[in-house]
Amino acid sequence: MNNIICACGHENPEGTVLCGNCGRPLTEEAENSKLVDMRYEGSARRSQTYNKTIIDKIWNFFSSVKVGITIILMIIVAAAIGTILPQVLYVPATTEADIAAYYERVYGTFGKIYNDLGLSDLFGSWWFQTLIGMLGISLVIASLDRVIPLYKSLKKQRIKRHESFMKRQRIFATGEDILGEDSFNISERKLKELRYKVKREDGALLAEKGRFSRWGPYVNHIGLIIFLFGVMLRALPGFYVDETMWIREGETRAIPEAPGYYLESKEFILETYENNQSNEVFSEAIDRVGTIVSNYQTNVVLFKNQENALPGQIDNLQQVKESSIQVNKPLKFDGYSVFQMDFRLNELKTMHFNLSNKSTGETLGALAIDLVNPEPLYDLGNGSSVELKGYYPDFSGFENGEPQTKSPVPNNPAFLVKMYTPNTPEGETSFVAIKQTVEPLGVNAYKLEFQNVETRDVSGLTIRKDESLWVLAIGGLIFMIGVAQGSYWNHRRIWLHKTNDGRLIVAAHTNKNWFGVKKELDIVTEVAHLPQYIDQHDLESEEFKKDGEKSS
Amino acid sequence: MTLVSISGNLLFIAFICYLIATFFFGGAVRGSKTETSKFEKKWGRIGIVITVAGFISNLAYFITRWIAAGHAPVSNLFEFTTAFGMMLVGSFILIYFIYKTPLIGLFALPMAIIIIAYASMFPREITPLIPALKSYWLTIHVITAALGESILAISAVAGLIYLLKNVDLTKKSKQRFWLEIVMYTLVLTVGFVASTTTYKVMDYEATFSYVDKEQKAKEITYNAPAIFGMNEYKVLSSDKMIPLVETPAIVNAKKLTTVTWSLIFGTIIYGLLRLILRKSLSAFLQPFTRKANLQLMDEIGYRAVSIGFPVFTLGALIFAMIWAQEAWSRFWGWDPKEVWALITWLFYAAFLHLRLSRGWHGEKSAWLAVIGFIIIMFNLIAVNLIIAGLHSYA
Repeated sequence: MNNIICACGHENPEGTVLCGNCGRPLTEEAENSKLVDMRYEGSARRSQTYNKTIIDKIWNFFSSVKVGITIILMIIVAAAIGTILPQVLYVPATTEADIAAYYERVYGTFGKIYNDLGLSDLFGSWWFQTLIGMLGISLVIASLDRVIPLYKSLKKQRIKRHESFMKRQRIFATGEDILGEDSFNISERKLKELRYKVKREDGALLAEKGRFSRWGPYVNHIGLIIFLFGVMLRALPGFYVDETMWIREGETRAIPEAPGYYLESKEFILETYENNQSNEVFSEAIDRVGTIVSNYQTNVVLFKNQENALPGQIDNLQQVKESSIQVNKPLKFDGYSVFQMDFRLNELKTMHFNLSNKSTGETLGALAIDLVNPEPLYDLGNGSSVELKGYYPDFSGFENGEPQTKSPVPNNPAFLVKMYTPNTPEGETSFVAIKQTVEPLGVNAYKLEFQNVETRDVSGLTIRKDESLWVLAIGGLIFMIGVAQGSYWNHRRIWLHKTNDGRLIVAAHTNKNWFGVKKELDIVTEVAHLPQYIDQHDLESEEFKKDGEKSS
Repeated sequence: MTLVSISGNLLFIAFICYLIATFFFGGAVRGSKTETSKFEKKWGRIGIVITVAGFISNLAYFITRWIAAGHAPVSNLFEFTTAFGMMLVGSFILIYFIYKTPLIGLFALPMAIIIIAYASMFPREITPLIPALKSYWLTIHVITAALGESILAISAVAGLIYLLKNVDLTKKSKQRFWLEIVMYTLVLTVGFVASTTTYKVMDYEATFSYVDKEQKAKEITYNAPAIFGMNEYKVLSSDKMIPLVETPAIVNAKKLTTVTWSLIFGTIIYGLLRLILRKSLSAFLQPFTRKANLQLMDEIGYRAVSIGFPVFTLGALIFAMIWAQEAWSRFWGWDPKEVWALITWLFYAAFLHLRLSRGWHGEKSAWLAVIGFIIIMFNLIAVNLIIAGLHSYA
C-alpha cells in the first residue's frame, strides 16, 4: 500500500483526495479543479485503497453507489411488472393447475405467458428475493465503506486549513481585514449566537454546527438493515403464524396453531347503511351505489383449556373473554390476533322432516337433522324410527349408482334413510335430497316430508402471530430518525483565516441547503465587516452558460 | 344551506382564487428587466395574498366536509385528489415564504387547479365508510401520504422551470422533444376534464348489457359515447352511438372509452393552442422562466425532495404498514397500490443517491424530479383506475 505524504508532512492512505490534516488537494484532478469535492471530506475509502483479494473485489462491487442504484432500478422495473396482472395471492384458485387455467382463461395468451414465466408469483420468486438481499448487502457494505473514514476525518479535522483548500470551497471570500483582531472576536460572538460551535487557534477560526446530521444516512441504513433482518426472521419456525378458520354461529372450535385456545362464535353480524334521517348526508351516495356495508362483525367468546387438560378435551374450558371482532378491530390475546376476514351467510344448520304416510297423509312424528353432526338413528316413539344410512352434505349427483358429495359443507344436503313404522317393521329405503326423493328399492308407503330448515352464518377468521413485528417496528423507527436527522438538519462549517500578509480569507461549506448557510454568513459578514463572499458555483455555471451561448 | 353545499362553495372560491393568483404571479415574473424588484414584489405580494386566501377557503372546505361526513374527507378518489391539490398549494406557500419566488407559484398553482378540476370529475357526494376504512388510521395514513406527495411535487415544479429555462428550444434535441411531451401530457388531463364536463352537461347516458370475464351477464352505463364496446355487448338505450369496436372481456371498454375521449379532446385542445400561439407550449412558457435563477431552482427542487421524502416514507409506507397490519392482518401484501408506493419511494431514494454520491445536479436532477412526479401521478390515476386492487375505492 502506497501512502501519500502531503506537503504538511501528514501521511494519507492511497485514494485520499484531500489531505486529512491541512486539506491540500492531493490528486492532480483535485488540484486542477476550481472547487474541491467535499464528499466524505476527500478521505480514502476502503474500496479505493484495497483491490487485491476476492474479498476486496466483492467489497468494492457492493460498496459502489452505482451498483446500489442499479439494484434499486432493477427492483423498480421488476415490481412494476408484478403489478400488470394480479398476483397468485389475489386469484381465486389454489392448485397450480387451477392457477394456470385461471390466467389463461381470464387473461388469454398474455396471461398464460405471464404465469408461465413465473411473473404471477414474482414477489415470492428466488430472483426477486435475491435482488432484495443484494440491496441489503449493498446497504451494509456501502455504509461501512464510507462512514468509517468520514467519522475519522470529521473527528480529527484541523481548525487551520491550507489556503488551497479554502479557495476551492464553493463559498469563498478574500479581502482586507477592516477591524483587525476584532473581526475574529465579533465573528465568534455572532456565530455563537447563531448556535455554531466555534473553535479558535492562532489566526484561524472554525465554526461548525449540525455535524450529527452527517450520520443521518448511516442511521437510516441501519434501520433498513434491521427491518430486512426482521423480515427474514419470519422464516424461522414459531415466529410467524398465518392460519384461517371457518366458524359457524354456536360452534366452539380450537384455534389453529394456538394450542389450548378455543373460540365460540355467538353471532355473525352484517350491517348496511340505512337510507334514513340519521344518514341524510350519505343518501345521495347510497342511492347511486345501492347497498353500502357498514360493518362485518363476529361476536365471540375466547376460552382456554385447563392447565392439566388433555389435548382436545373441551368439557372444562375456562372463559378468557367475550369480544366482538370487527374489520380493523382484531381480537388480541397472548401475542395472537384474530381478524374478521370473510363470511358465508345462511349456511344450512338443521333440517326438519315429518315421517308421514303417503296415501293418508297421516304423520307419525317429526325429526330434526343437525347437518353438521347428524345422529345415526332418530326414534320417533310409538314404534317408528328413521335410520340414517348415509349423509351427503354437498350432494353432487350419482356415480355408479352411489351418491357423491363434493365437499363437507352442507350446501346441498342429501340423506339415505331407512324408515321403520309399526306397519313396515322391515323398513323402507329412501333417498332424500332437496326437491328430490328417490326410492331405489321399490315403491314405499311412507316418506320423509320436508318441513323447514334453520340456517346460520359462518365467519371466516384469520389467525396471526408475528413475533418479528417489534424488530420491524424498531427498524422503521430508526430509519425515520435517521432520515429526519439527515434531511431536516444540515452540517454547516465556516472557516476564517488571517494570512501572513494580513488579509482575511473566509470559506463556508454545507452538505445541503446553501441558501441557509449564505443567509447566516450574510449576517456575520455585515457585523464583522468581513470581505464579501462569492458563490463560485454560480460563477462556474454562469461561465458555462456563456460558453454555451457562444458556441450556439 | 346545508353544510355540504357550503363546503362545496368554499372549494369553488378556493379554485377561483388560485386562478386569479396565477395571473398575478404571471405578471410578477413578466415585469420588464430594469424595474424588476419593485414590480415583482408588488405583483408577487398580491399573488401570495390571494393564494393564502384561497388556501384558507380550501381548508374551510376540508373542515366543513369533515364535520358533515363525520370522517376525514379523504375516503374516495374525489376527496383524496382534492386534498392532494390543496396540500400542493400549502407546500407552495411554505416554499414561497422560504425562498420568495413568485415563479414557483406561476407553475404550482395551475398544477393544483388541474388536479382539483380532475378530482371534480369523479362522484362528489359524501360516501359512508366501508368497514375496511373505519379506522383513525385513514386520517393519519392518507393525510400524511398526500402531504408527502405534494411536497415532492414542488420539486417537479422547480424541475420543470429549470428545464424550461435551460433546454435550448431553438435546436432539435431529445430534451426539447420530451419537455414538449410533458406539456402535452398536462394538456391531456385538461382534455379529460373537458370531455367529461361536455358529456356531463349533455347528460349523456347509454346502457349496455355485456358478459364479464367470469362469463356473467352484467349491465353497464356509459357517460360518454361508446367508442369501445364491452365483451359481447348489446345496446339497451335507443338513439345512442353504437360502439365502433368490441373488446375482449379483460378490457374495461368504458374506461378505455373515457381515456380515448380524453386523448381526442386533449389533442384538439393542444392543436388549437399550437395554432393560436404559433409555437410549442414549451416555447410559449420559456419567456416566463427567463429570470429564473437556475441555482435556486435546483436548490428548491432538492430541498423539496429532502423535506418531502421523510414525510412520504412515514405516511405512505410506515403508517400504511401499521394500518394494513390492523385491517388486513398483514403489513405488506404486494397489492398494486403498495407496490407503487414502494416504487415511488425507491425512485426518490435513487434520486437522493444519484445527487449526493454521483453528483447529479442541475438538469439531470430536474429531469428526475419530473419523472418522480409522473410516478406519483401514475399511482394516483392509473393504479386506481386501471389496475384493480384493494385500494380501488373510487
